Amino acid sequence: MDAHKLKQCFPILTSQPLIYLDTAASSLTPKRVIATMNEYYTEYPVNVHRGVYQISYKATERYTAARQTIADFINADYEETVFTRGASSALNLIATSYGLNNLTANDEIIVSELEHHSHILPWQQVAKKTGAKLIYVPLNSEGRITTENFKKVLSDQTKVVALTYISNVMGYQTPLEEIIPLAHQKNAIVSVDAAQAAPHKTIDVKKLNCDFLAFSGHKMLGPTGIGILYGKRELLDKLEPVEFGGDMNDQVNLYDAVWKETPYKFETGTPPIAEAIGLAEAVRFLQELDPEAILNHEIALKQKAVEALIKLEGVTVYNPTSETGIIAFNLDGVHPHDAVSFFDQENIALRAGHHCAQLIIQWLKVPATLRASFYAYNTHEDVDTFIEVVKKARDFFTSVGF
Amino acid sequence: MQQLENLYRQIIMDHYKNPRHKGLIDSDRYRTHHIKNPSCGDDITVQSAVKDGIVKDVRHDGSGCSICCSSASVLATLMIGQNIDSAQKLTDNYLNMIMNRPVDENLDLEDALAYQGVKQFPARIKCATIAWKAFEQTLKEWSDNDE
Ligand SMILES: Cc1ncc(COP(=O)(O)O)c(C=O)c1O
Repeated sequence: MDAHKLKQCFPILTSQPLIYLDTAASSLTPKRVIATMNEYYTEYPVNVHRGVYQISYKATERYTAARQTIADFINADYEETVFTRGASSALNLIATSYGLNNLTANDEIIVSELEHHSHILPWQQVAKKTGAKLIYVPLNSEGRITTENFKKVLSDQTKVVALTYISNVMGYQTPLEEIIPLAHQKNAIVSVDAAQAAPHKTIDVKKLNCDFLAFSGHKMLGPTGIGILYGKRELLDKLEPVEFGGDMNDQVNLYDAVWKETPYKFETGTPPIAEAIGLAEAVRFLQELDPEAILNHEIALKQKAVEALIKLEGVTVYNPTSETGIIAFNLDGVHPHDAVSFFDQENIALRAGHHCAQLIIQWLKVPATLRASFYAYNTHEDVDTFIEVVKKARDFFTSVGF
Repeated sequence: MQQLENLYRQIIMDHYKNPRHKGLIDSDRYRTHHIKNPSCGDDITVQSAVKDGIVKDVRHDGSGCSICCSSASVLATLMIGQNIDSAQKLTDNYLNMIMNRPVDENLDLEDALAYQGVKQFPARIKCATIAWKAFEQTLKEWSDNDE
Protein backbone atom coordinates (compact mmCIF):
# COMPACT_ATOMS: atom_id res chain seq x y z
CA MET A 1 0.00 0.00 0.00
CA ASP A 2 1.44 3.33 -1.08
CA ALA A 3 0.02 5.64 1.57
CA HIS A 4 1.85 8.67 0.16
CA LYS A 5 0.14 8.24 -3.17
CA LEU A 6 -3.14 7.48 -1.48
CA LYS A 7 -3.05 10.81 0.40
CA GLN A 8 -3.41 12.53 -2.98
CA CYS A 9 -6.88 11.03 -3.30
CA PHE A 10 -8.18 12.95 -0.28
CA PRO A 11 -8.80 16.69 -0.81
CA ILE A 12 -8.54 17.46 2.93
CA LEU A 13 -5.05 15.92 3.05
CA THR A 14 -3.76 17.98 0.13
CA SER A 15 -5.35 21.32 1.02
CA GLN A 16 -3.81 21.76 4.48
CA PRO A 17 -1.23 20.27 6.78
CA LEU A 18 -3.08 17.57 8.66
CA ILE A 19 -2.16 14.30 10.28
CA TYR A 20 -5.49 12.64 10.63
CA LEU A 21 -5.59 10.03 13.37
CA ASP A 22 -9.31 9.94 14.00
CA THR A 23 -10.57 7.53 11.37
CA ALA A 24 -12.28 5.43 14.04
CA ALA A 25 -14.67 8.37 14.47
CA SER A 26 -15.03 9.11 10.75
CA SER A 27 -12.85 8.31 7.79
CA LEU A 28 -11.90 11.00 5.29
CA THR A 29 -13.74 11.22 1.99
CA PRO A 30 -11.87 10.46 -1.24
CA LYS A 31 -12.26 12.66 -4.33
CA ARG A 32 -13.96 9.94 -6.34
CA VAL A 33 -16.70 9.50 -3.74
CA ILE A 34 -17.29 13.25 -3.65
CA ALA A 35 -17.31 13.30 -7.46
CA THR A 36 -19.85 10.47 -7.63
CA MET A 37 -22.18 12.32 -5.28
CA ASN A 38 -21.67 15.55 -7.22
CA GLU A 39 -22.56 13.73 -10.38
CA TYR A 40 -25.88 12.71 -8.86
CA TYR A 41 -26.63 16.29 -7.80
CA THR A 42 -25.60 17.77 -11.15
CA GLU A 43 -26.77 15.17 -13.67
CA TYR A 44 -29.77 13.31 -12.27
CA PRO A 45 -30.75 14.92 -8.94
CA VAL A 46 -34.22 13.44 -8.65
CA ASN A 47 -36.18 10.95 -6.62
CA VAL A 48 -36.09 7.20 -7.07
CA HIS A 49 -38.93 4.72 -7.62
CA ARG A 50 -41.33 7.55 -8.51
CA GLY A 51 -40.77 9.40 -11.76
CA VAL A 52 -41.08 7.68 -15.12
CA TYR A 53 -38.93 10.19 -16.96
CA GLN A 54 -35.37 9.52 -18.05
CA ILE A 55 -33.31 11.04 -15.29
CA SER A 56 -35.53 9.48 -12.66
CA TYR A 57 -34.97 6.15 -14.33
CA LYS A 58 -31.24 6.77 -14.20
CA ALA A 59 -31.40 7.69 -10.51
CA THR A 60 -33.36 4.55 -9.71
CA GLU A 61 -30.96 2.43 -11.70
CA ARG A 62 -27.89 3.83 -9.95
CA TYR A 63 -29.51 3.57 -6.56
CA THR A 64 -30.48 -0.04 -7.18
CA ALA A 65 -27.01 -0.89 -8.46
CA ALA A 66 -25.52 0.75 -5.35
CA ARG A 67 -27.44 -1.60 -3.08
CA GLN A 68 -26.26 -4.59 -5.09
CA THR A 69 -22.63 -3.43 -4.88
CA ILE A 70 -22.89 -3.10 -1.11
CA ALA A 71 -24.72 -6.41 -0.76
CA ASP A 72 -21.96 -8.14 -2.75
CA PHE A 73 -19.34 -6.46 -0.57
CA ILE A 74 -20.58 -8.39 2.48
CA ASN A 75 -21.80 -11.42 0.51
CA ALA A 76 -25.44 -10.71 1.31
CA ASP A 77 -28.45 -10.84 -0.99
CA TYR A 78 -30.01 -7.66 -2.33
CA GLU A 79 -33.15 -8.22 -0.22
CA GLU A 80 -31.06 -8.60 2.92
CA THR A 81 -29.37 -5.23 2.56
CA VAL A 82 -31.37 -2.39 4.12
CA PHE A 83 -30.35 1.25 3.90
CA THR A 84 -30.49 3.14 7.20
CA ARG A 85 -29.20 6.46 8.49
CA GLY A 86 -26.15 4.73 9.93
CA ALA A 87 -25.04 1.93 12.21
CA SER A 88 -26.91 3.47 15.14
CA SER A 89 -30.25 3.46 13.41
CA ALA A 90 -29.67 -0.07 12.06
CA LEU A 91 -28.84 -1.38 15.55
CA ASN A 92 -31.91 0.38 16.93
CA LEU A 93 -34.09 -1.21 14.28
CA ILE A 94 -32.90 -4.69 15.26
CA ALA A 95 -33.46 -4.11 18.97
CA THR A 96 -36.77 -2.32 18.60
CA SER A 97 -38.33 -4.63 16.08
CA TYR A 98 -36.81 -8.00 16.89
CA GLY A 99 -36.24 -7.38 20.59
CA LEU A 100 -39.55 -5.87 21.60
CA ASN A 101 -41.56 -8.42 19.62
CA ASN A 102 -39.71 -11.58 20.60
CA LEU A 103 -38.35 -11.25 24.12
CA THR A 104 -40.01 -11.83 27.46
CA ALA A 105 -39.02 -11.65 31.11
CA ASN A 106 -37.61 -15.20 30.95
CA ASP A 107 -35.04 -14.32 28.31
CA GLU A 108 -31.46 -13.13 28.46
CA ILE A 109 -29.54 -10.75 26.20
CA ILE A 110 -25.76 -11.12 26.17
CA VAL A 111 -23.85 -7.86 25.63
CA SER A 112 -20.43 -6.55 26.63
CA GLU A 113 -18.77 -3.55 28.19
CA LEU A 114 -16.90 -3.06 24.92
CA GLU A 115 -20.10 -2.03 23.13
CA HIS A 116 -20.59 1.41 21.65
CA HIS A 117 -23.59 3.20 23.20
CA SER A 118 -25.43 2.53 19.95
CA HIS A 119 -25.34 -1.20 20.60
CA ILE A 120 -25.89 -1.19 24.36
CA LEU A 121 -28.65 1.40 24.84
CA PRO A 122 -31.15 -0.13 22.37
CA TRP A 123 -30.88 -3.49 24.17
CA GLN A 124 -30.96 -1.82 27.58
CA GLN A 125 -34.30 -0.33 26.52
CA VAL A 126 -35.54 -3.72 25.33
CA ALA A 127 -34.55 -5.20 28.68
CA LYS A 128 -36.42 -2.48 30.56
CA LYS A 129 -39.56 -2.86 28.48
CA THR A 130 -39.71 -6.66 28.24
CA GLY A 131 -38.16 -7.59 31.57
CA ALA A 132 -35.47 -9.62 29.77
CA LYS A 133 -32.11 -9.66 31.55
CA LEU A 134 -28.98 -7.96 30.22
CA ILE A 135 -25.98 -10.21 30.82
CA TYR A 136 -22.45 -8.89 30.39
CA VAL A 137 -19.67 -11.16 29.12
CA PRO A 138 -16.89 -10.76 31.68
CA LEU A 139 -13.90 -9.19 29.93
CA ASN A 140 -10.50 -10.78 30.42
CA SER A 141 -7.60 -8.90 32.04
CA GLU A 142 -6.80 -7.11 28.77
CA GLY A 143 -10.40 -6.05 28.31
CA ARG A 144 -11.22 -8.62 25.65
CA ILE A 145 -14.27 -10.73 24.96
CA THR A 146 -13.09 -14.35 24.88
CA THR A 147 -14.92 -17.48 23.79
CA GLU A 148 -14.10 -18.96 27.18
CA ASN A 149 -15.85 -16.14 29.02
CA PHE A 150 -18.71 -16.12 26.56
CA LYS A 151 -19.40 -19.77 27.39
CA LYS A 152 -19.73 -18.80 31.05
CA VAL A 153 -22.70 -16.53 30.36
CA LEU A 154 -24.36 -18.43 27.53
CA SER A 155 -27.41 -20.27 28.84
CA ASP A 156 -30.69 -21.86 27.78
CA GLN A 157 -32.28 -18.47 28.47
CA THR A 158 -30.03 -16.63 26.01
CA LYS A 159 -32.22 -15.28 23.21
CA VAL A 160 -30.02 -12.54 21.80
CA VAL A 161 -26.26 -12.05 21.61
CA ALA A 162 -25.37 -8.44 20.75
CA LEU A 163 -21.64 -7.93 20.36
CA THR A 164 -19.25 -5.67 18.57
CA TYR A 165 -17.01 -7.10 15.86
CA ILE A 166 -14.20 -4.67 16.65
CA SER A 167 -14.13 -2.35 19.66
CA ASN A 168 -13.92 1.35 18.81
CA VAL A 169 -11.83 2.08 21.92
CA MET A 170 -9.61 -0.97 22.32
CA GLY A 171 -9.41 -2.12 18.70
CA TYR A 172 -9.88 -5.74 19.78
CA GLN A 173 -11.59 -8.19 17.50
CA THR A 174 -14.28 -10.39 19.01
CA PRO A 175 -13.92 -14.13 18.20
CA LEU A 176 -17.33 -14.19 16.50
CA GLU A 177 -16.40 -17.17 14.34
CA GLU A 178 -16.42 -19.23 17.55
CA ILE A 179 -19.14 -17.38 19.43
CA ILE A 180 -21.83 -17.41 16.74
CA PRO A 181 -22.08 -21.24 16.40
CA LEU A 182 -22.27 -21.53 20.19
CA ALA A 183 -25.08 -18.97 20.32
CA HIS A 184 -26.94 -20.81 17.57
CA GLN A 185 -26.74 -24.06 19.52
CA LYS A 186 -28.92 -22.29 22.09
CA ASN A 187 -31.21 -20.93 19.36
CA ALA A 188 -30.15 -17.38 20.15
CA ILE A 189 -29.84 -14.80 17.38
CA VAL A 190 -26.64 -12.79 17.01
CA SER A 191 -26.53 -9.06 16.26
CA VAL A 192 -23.10 -7.81 15.17
CA ASP A 193 -21.96 -4.20 15.32
CA ALA A 194 -19.54 -4.07 12.40
CA ALA A 195 -19.07 -0.28 12.32
CA GLN A 196 -15.35 -0.66 13.07
CA ALA A 197 -14.92 -3.82 11.02
CA ALA A 198 -16.28 -2.74 7.63
CA PRO A 199 -13.45 -0.23 6.93
CA HIS A 200 -10.76 -2.91 6.88
CA LYS A 201 -12.16 -6.40 7.06
CA THR A 202 -13.67 -8.52 4.39
CA ILE A 203 -17.04 -9.31 5.88
CA ASP A 204 -18.76 -12.41 4.63
CA VAL A 205 -22.12 -12.59 6.37
CA LYS A 206 -22.83 -16.08 5.03
CA LYS A 207 -19.61 -17.49 6.34
CA LEU A 208 -19.87 -15.59 9.61
CA ASN A 209 -23.49 -16.77 9.81
CA CYS A 210 -24.56 -13.80 11.94
CA ASP A 211 -28.28 -13.02 12.03
CA PHE A 212 -27.99 -9.24 11.90
CA LEU A 213 -25.08 -6.94 11.19
CA ALA A 214 -24.75 -3.16 10.97
CA PHE A 215 -22.24 -0.59 9.75
CA SER A 216 -21.91 3.07 8.74
CA GLY A 217 -20.80 4.66 5.48
CA HIS A 218 -18.77 7.47 7.02
CA LYS A 219 -16.28 5.12 8.68
CA MET A 220 -15.38 3.36 5.42
CA LEU A 221 -14.56 6.23 3.04
CA GLY A 222 -18.23 6.86 2.32
CA PRO A 223 -20.59 9.71 3.15
CA THR A 224 -22.36 10.48 6.43
CA GLY A 225 -26.07 9.86 6.79
CA ILE A 226 -26.10 6.32 5.45
CA GLY A 227 -25.52 2.90 6.92
CA ILE A 228 -26.49 -0.69 6.36
CA LEU A 229 -28.58 -3.18 8.22
CA TYR A 230 -27.96 -6.73 7.10
CA GLY A 231 -30.40 -9.38 8.25
CA LYS A 232 -30.98 -12.97 7.19
CA ARG A 233 -33.83 -13.10 4.72
CA GLU A 234 -36.07 -15.31 6.83
CA LEU A 235 -35.66 -12.99 9.82
CA LEU A 236 -36.25 -9.81 7.83
CA ASP A 237 -39.37 -11.36 6.28
CA LYS A 238 -40.82 -11.79 9.76
CA LEU A 239 -39.55 -8.49 11.16
CA GLU A 240 -42.03 -5.63 11.53
CA PRO A 241 -41.02 -2.19 10.26
CA VAL A 242 -40.53 0.49 12.92
CA GLU A 243 -41.21 3.48 10.68
CA PHE A 244 -44.27 3.83 8.50
CA GLY A 245 -45.11 6.08 5.58
CA GLY A 246 -44.47 6.60 1.90
CA ASP A 247 -42.73 3.98 -0.26
CA MET A 248 -42.78 1.15 2.27
CA ASN A 249 -46.32 -0.08 1.55
CA ASP A 250 -48.03 -1.92 -1.31
CA GLN A 251 -51.63 -1.23 -0.42
CA VAL A 252 -53.17 1.29 1.94
CA ASN A 253 -56.70 0.90 3.27
CA LEU A 254 -58.65 2.92 5.82
CA TYR A 255 -57.77 0.74 8.78
CA ASP A 256 -54.81 -1.33 7.67
CA ALA A 257 -52.12 -1.57 5.06
CA VAL A 258 -49.84 -4.09 3.44
CA TRP A 259 -46.07 -3.67 3.50
CA LYS A 260 -43.70 -4.15 0.64
CA GLU A 261 -41.13 -6.92 0.84
CA THR A 262 -37.78 -6.45 2.47
CA PRO A 263 -35.68 -4.28 2.14
CA TYR A 264 -38.27 -1.70 1.11
CA LYS A 265 -40.63 -2.19 4.04
CA PHE A 266 -37.90 -0.80 6.33
CA GLU A 267 -37.19 2.26 4.18
CA THR A 268 -39.98 4.77 4.38
CA GLY A 269 -39.61 8.17 2.76
CA THR A 270 -37.13 9.48 0.23
CA PRO A 271 -33.90 7.61 0.86
CA PRO A 272 -30.41 9.12 1.02
CA ILE A 273 -29.87 8.67 -2.71
CA ALA A 274 -26.58 10.48 -3.24
CA GLU A 275 -25.25 8.82 -0.11
CA ALA A 276 -26.20 5.33 -1.28
CA ILE A 277 -24.51 5.91 -4.62
CA GLY A 278 -21.53 7.49 -2.85
CA LEU A 279 -21.23 4.55 -0.47
CA ALA A 280 -21.17 2.11 -3.39
CA GLU A 281 -18.29 4.10 -4.88
CA ALA A 282 -16.49 3.95 -1.51
CA VAL A 283 -16.98 0.19 -1.50
CA ARG A 284 -15.42 -0.11 -4.95
CA PHE A 285 -12.49 1.99 -3.76
CA LEU A 286 -12.06 -0.18 -0.66
CA GLN A 287 -12.14 -3.32 -2.76
CA GLU A 288 -9.47 -1.94 -5.08
CA LEU A 289 -7.31 -1.06 -2.08
CA ASP A 290 -8.02 -4.50 -0.57
CA PRO A 291 -9.30 -4.50 3.00
CA GLU A 292 -6.62 -6.96 4.07
CA ALA A 293 -3.85 -4.70 2.76
CA ILE A 294 -5.40 -1.75 4.60
CA LEU A 295 -5.51 -3.67 7.86
CA ASN A 296 -1.92 -4.89 7.52
CA HIS A 297 -0.75 -1.36 6.80
CA GLU A 298 -2.64 0.02 9.81
CA ILE A 299 -1.29 -2.64 12.10
CA ALA A 300 2.26 -1.97 10.99
CA LEU A 301 1.82 1.73 11.80
CA LYS A 302 0.12 1.01 15.09
CA GLN A 303 2.79 -1.46 16.07
CA LYS A 304 5.52 1.07 15.37
CA ALA A 305 3.69 3.74 17.38
CA VAL A 306 2.95 1.44 20.32
CA GLU A 307 6.55 0.27 20.53
CA ALA A 308 7.68 3.89 20.76
CA LEU A 309 4.93 4.91 23.19
CA ILE A 310 5.49 2.15 25.72
CA LYS A 311 9.13 3.18 25.99
CA LEU A 312 8.12 6.72 26.95
CA GLU A 313 8.01 7.75 30.56
CA GLY A 314 4.71 9.47 31.43
CA VAL A 315 2.58 7.77 28.77
CA THR A 316 0.14 4.92 29.38
CA VAL A 317 -1.15 2.72 26.55
CA TYR A 318 -4.29 0.73 27.38
CA ASN A 319 -4.41 -1.67 24.43
CA PRO A 320 -0.89 -2.53 23.24
CA THR A 321 -2.11 -5.82 21.73
CA SER A 322 -5.03 -4.49 19.68
CA GLU A 323 -5.38 -6.01 16.23
CA THR A 324 -6.37 -2.84 14.37
CA GLY A 325 -4.94 0.66 14.01
CA ILE A 326 -6.49 1.93 17.25
CA ILE A 327 -4.39 3.11 20.22
CA ALA A 328 -6.09 4.17 23.46
CA PHE A 329 -3.65 6.07 25.66
CA ASN A 330 -3.11 8.96 28.06
CA LEU A 331 -0.38 11.33 29.11
CA ASP A 332 -0.10 10.61 32.83
CA GLY A 333 -1.72 13.31 34.93
CA VAL A 334 -3.00 15.25 31.93
CA HIS A 335 -6.70 15.25 31.18
CA PRO A 336 -7.15 14.10 27.57
CA HIS A 337 -9.00 17.28 26.74
CA ASP A 338 -6.00 19.33 27.74
CA ALA A 339 -3.71 17.06 25.76
CA VAL A 340 -5.80 17.08 22.62
CA SER A 341 -5.46 20.86 22.24
CA PHE A 342 -1.70 20.43 22.10
CA PHE A 343 -1.99 17.90 19.28
CA ASP A 344 -4.47 20.16 17.54
CA GLN A 345 -1.93 23.00 17.52
CA GLU A 346 0.47 20.64 15.77
CA ASN A 347 -2.21 19.75 13.19
CA ILE A 348 -2.71 16.27 14.53
CA ALA A 349 -6.35 15.26 14.86
CA LEU A 350 -6.93 12.88 17.77
CA ARG A 351 -10.03 11.99 19.72
CA ALA A 352 -10.35 12.67 23.43
CA GLY A 353 -13.16 11.50 25.65
CA HIS A 354 -15.09 8.34 26.23
CA HIS A 355 -15.72 7.64 22.53
CA CYS A 356 -19.42 6.86 23.07
CA ALA A 357 -18.34 3.80 25.03
CA GLN A 358 -18.56 4.82 28.68
CA LEU A 359 -18.71 1.23 29.91
CA ILE A 360 -15.21 0.36 28.73
CA ILE A 361 -13.88 3.71 29.99
CA GLN A 362 -15.33 2.84 33.41
CA TRP A 363 -13.82 -0.62 33.10
CA LEU A 364 -10.42 1.00 32.47
CA LYS A 365 -11.02 3.15 35.57
CA VAL A 366 -10.00 6.38 33.88
CA PRO A 367 -12.12 9.52 33.32
CA ALA A 368 -11.41 9.47 29.57
CA THR A 369 -8.69 8.58 27.08
CA LEU A 370 -6.94 9.87 24.02
CA ARG A 371 -7.41 7.74 20.94
CA ALA A 372 -5.27 7.63 17.83
CA SER A 373 -6.55 5.54 14.96
CA PHE A 374 -4.38 4.83 11.93
CA TYR A 375 -5.76 4.08 8.50
CA ALA A 376 -4.78 3.47 4.89
CA TYR A 377 -3.82 7.11 4.23
CA ASN A 378 -1.46 7.42 7.21
CA THR A 379 2.26 7.06 6.59
CA HIS A 380 5.28 6.02 8.62
CA GLU A 381 6.22 9.71 8.72
CA ASP A 382 2.84 10.40 10.35
CA VAL A 383 3.80 7.94 13.08
CA ASP A 384 7.20 9.61 13.57
CA THR A 385 5.61 13.06 13.85
CA PHE A 386 2.95 11.73 16.18
CA ILE A 387 5.56 10.25 18.53
CA GLU A 388 7.59 13.48 18.48
CA VAL A 389 4.49 15.47 19.39
CA VAL A 390 3.60 13.04 22.17
CA LYS A 391 7.01 13.75 23.70
CA LYS A 392 6.65 17.49 23.22
CA ALA A 393 3.18 17.44 24.73
CA ARG A 394 4.30 15.47 27.74
CA ASP A 395 7.22 17.87 28.30
CA PHE A 396 5.03 20.92 27.80
CA PHE A 397 2.45 19.86 30.35
CA THR A 398 5.18 18.95 32.81
CA SER A 399 6.74 22.38 32.31
CA VAL A 400 3.53 24.28 33.04
CA GLY A 401 3.00 22.30 36.22
CA PHE A 402 0.73 19.33 35.49
CA MET B 1 2.99 26.85 20.97
CA GLN B 2 2.86 30.46 22.12
CA GLN B 3 -0.93 30.29 22.21
CA LEU B 4 -0.97 27.24 24.42
CA GLU B 5 1.62 28.74 26.74
CA ASN B 6 -0.63 31.74 27.05
CA LEU B 7 -3.62 29.59 27.70
CA TYR B 8 -2.04 27.59 30.47
CA ARG B 9 -0.97 30.70 32.30
CA GLN B 10 0.10 30.68 35.86
CA ILE B 11 -3.34 31.65 37.11
CA ILE B 12 -5.06 28.74 35.45
CA MET B 13 -2.48 26.22 36.60
CA ASP B 14 -2.55 27.64 40.10
CA HIS B 15 -6.32 27.26 40.42
CA TYR B 16 -6.13 23.81 38.80
CA LYS B 17 -3.52 22.56 41.24
CA ASN B 18 -4.87 24.40 44.30
CA PRO B 19 -8.58 24.82 43.79
CA ARG B 20 -10.30 27.29 46.13
CA HIS B 21 -13.77 26.74 47.61
CA LYS B 22 -13.83 23.14 46.44
CA GLY B 23 -16.24 20.60 47.93
CA LEU B 24 -20.00 20.74 48.15
CA ILE B 25 -21.99 21.61 51.24
CA ASP B 26 -25.18 19.81 52.10
CA SER B 27 -27.40 22.62 53.34
CA ASP B 28 -30.58 24.33 52.23
CA ARG B 29 -28.70 27.62 52.28
CA TYR B 30 -27.30 26.53 48.92
CA ARG B 31 -28.76 26.22 45.47
CA THR B 32 -27.03 23.51 43.45
CA HIS B 33 -26.65 22.92 39.74
CA HIS B 34 -24.88 20.07 37.97
CA ILE B 35 -23.71 20.08 34.34
CA LYS B 36 -22.07 17.29 32.45
CA ASN B 37 -20.48 17.54 29.05
CA PRO B 38 -20.98 14.01 27.85
CA SER B 39 -18.58 14.27 24.94
CA CYS B 40 -15.45 15.01 26.96
CA GLY B 41 -16.49 13.88 30.40
CA ASP B 42 -16.32 17.28 32.14
CA ASP B 43 -18.66 16.98 35.07
CA ILE B 44 -19.12 19.96 37.38
CA THR B 45 -21.47 20.86 40.21
CA VAL B 46 -21.67 24.47 41.42
CA GLN B 47 -23.45 25.77 44.50
CA SER B 48 -24.24 29.29 45.58
CA ALA B 49 -25.54 30.69 48.86
CA VAL B 50 -27.26 34.05 48.61
CA LYS B 51 -28.52 36.15 51.48
CA ASP B 52 -29.88 39.69 51.40
CA GLY B 53 -29.05 39.91 47.71
CA ILE B 54 -25.36 39.10 48.27
CA VAL B 55 -23.52 35.98 47.12
CA LYS B 56 -22.25 34.70 50.46
CA ASP B 57 -20.55 31.56 49.22
CA VAL B 58 -19.83 29.57 46.07
CA ARG B 59 -18.74 25.94 46.13
CA HIS B 60 -17.83 23.56 43.34
CA ASP B 61 -16.83 19.97 42.79
CA GLY B 62 -16.40 17.60 39.92
CA SER B 63 -13.91 16.32 37.41
CA GLY B 64 -12.65 17.44 34.07
CA CYS B 65 -9.79 19.08 32.26
CA SER B 66 -7.66 21.87 33.71
CA ILE B 67 -9.62 24.62 31.98
CA CYS B 68 -12.91 23.34 33.31
CA CYS B 69 -11.81 22.66 36.90
CA SER B 70 -9.72 25.80 37.32
CA SER B 71 -12.46 28.03 35.96
CA ALA B 72 -14.82 26.78 38.67
CA SER B 73 -12.28 27.85 41.31
CA VAL B 74 -11.74 31.23 39.67
CA LEU B 75 -15.48 31.70 39.43
CA ALA B 76 -15.98 31.03 43.13
CA THR B 77 -13.22 33.42 44.11
CA LEU B 78 -14.64 36.19 41.96
CA MET B 79 -18.29 35.81 42.91
CA ILE B 80 -18.17 35.63 46.68
CA GLY B 81 -19.23 39.04 48.00
CA GLN B 82 -20.88 40.28 44.81
CA ASN B 83 -24.52 41.25 44.76
CA ILE B 84 -26.78 39.19 42.52
CA ASP B 85 -26.95 41.86 39.89
CA SER B 86 -23.22 42.26 39.46
CA ALA B 87 -22.71 38.49 39.71
CA GLN B 88 -25.00 38.13 36.71
CA LYS B 89 -23.25 40.95 34.85
CA LEU B 90 -19.82 39.44 35.51
CA THR B 91 -21.07 36.09 34.28
CA ASP B 92 -22.44 37.63 31.11
CA ASN B 93 -19.20 39.48 30.58
CA TYR B 94 -17.11 36.36 31.05
CA LEU B 95 -19.24 34.34 28.65
CA ASN B 96 -19.07 37.17 26.11
CA MET B 97 -15.30 37.32 26.45
CA ILE B 98 -14.92 33.58 25.87
CA MET B 99 -17.25 33.58 22.89
CA ASN B 100 -15.52 36.58 21.36
CA ARG B 101 -18.53 38.87 21.68
CA PRO B 102 -18.38 42.55 22.78
CA VAL B 103 -17.51 42.93 26.47
CA ASP B 104 -17.97 45.69 29.00
CA GLU B 105 -14.42 46.87 29.68
CA ASN B 106 -15.48 48.55 32.90
CA LEU B 107 -16.25 45.29 34.67
CA ASP B 108 -13.27 43.74 36.40
CA LEU B 109 -13.11 40.00 35.78
CA GLU B 110 -9.89 39.75 37.83
CA ASP B 111 -8.29 36.28 37.50
CA ALA B 112 -11.00 35.22 35.09
CA LEU B 113 -9.36 37.45 32.46
CA ALA B 114 -6.77 34.71 32.13
CA TYR B 115 -9.31 32.74 30.10
CA GLN B 116 -9.23 35.26 27.24
CA GLY B 117 -6.94 32.86 25.40
CA VAL B 118 -9.69 30.25 25.20
CA LYS B 119 -11.27 32.02 22.24
CA GLN B 120 -8.27 30.90 20.20
CA PHE B 121 -9.38 27.32 20.93
CA PRO B 122 -13.02 27.17 19.93
CA ALA B 123 -13.11 23.46 20.74
CA ARG B 124 -12.40 24.35 24.39
CA ILE B 125 -15.10 26.98 24.87
CA LYS B 126 -17.34 24.39 26.47
CA CYS B 127 -14.64 23.54 29.01
CA ALA B 128 -14.26 27.18 30.05
CA THR B 129 -17.95 27.93 30.34
CA ILE B 130 -19.48 24.88 31.96
CA ALA B 131 -18.95 26.01 35.59
CA TRP B 132 -20.15 29.51 34.81
CA LYS B 133 -23.30 28.21 33.20
CA ALA B 134 -23.97 26.05 36.23
CA PHE B 135 -23.44 29.08 38.48
CA GLU B 136 -25.81 31.13 36.33
CA GLN B 137 -28.50 28.49 36.85
CA THR B 138 -28.15 28.73 40.62
CA LEU B 139 -28.47 32.51 40.38
CA LYS B 140 -31.61 32.05 38.36
CA GLU B 141 -33.08 29.87 41.07
CA TRP B 142 -32.35 32.55 43.64
CA SER B 143 -34.05 35.26 41.62
CA ASP B 144 -36.94 32.93 40.68
CA ASN B 145 -37.91 32.32 44.28
CA ASP B 146 -36.61 35.59 45.70
CA GLU B 147 -34.30 33.86 48.14
C1 LIG C 1 -18.36 0.36 17.19
C2 LIG C 1 -19.31 1.43 16.76
N1 LIG C 1 -20.62 1.15 16.72
C3 LIG C 1 -21.53 2.06 16.33
C4 LIG C 1 -21.15 3.32 15.95
C5 LIG C 1 -22.21 4.30 15.56
O1 LIG C 1 -22.10 4.68 14.25
P1 LIG C 1 -22.93 5.92 13.70
O2 LIG C 1 -22.60 7.07 14.60
O3 LIG C 1 -22.43 6.12 12.32
O4 LIG C 1 -24.37 5.55 13.74
C6 LIG C 1 -19.80 3.65 15.98
C7 LIG C 1 -19.36 5.00 15.60
O5 LIG C 1 -19.09 5.87 16.38
C8 LIG C 1 -18.86 2.68 16.40
O6 LIG C 1 -17.56 2.97 16.46
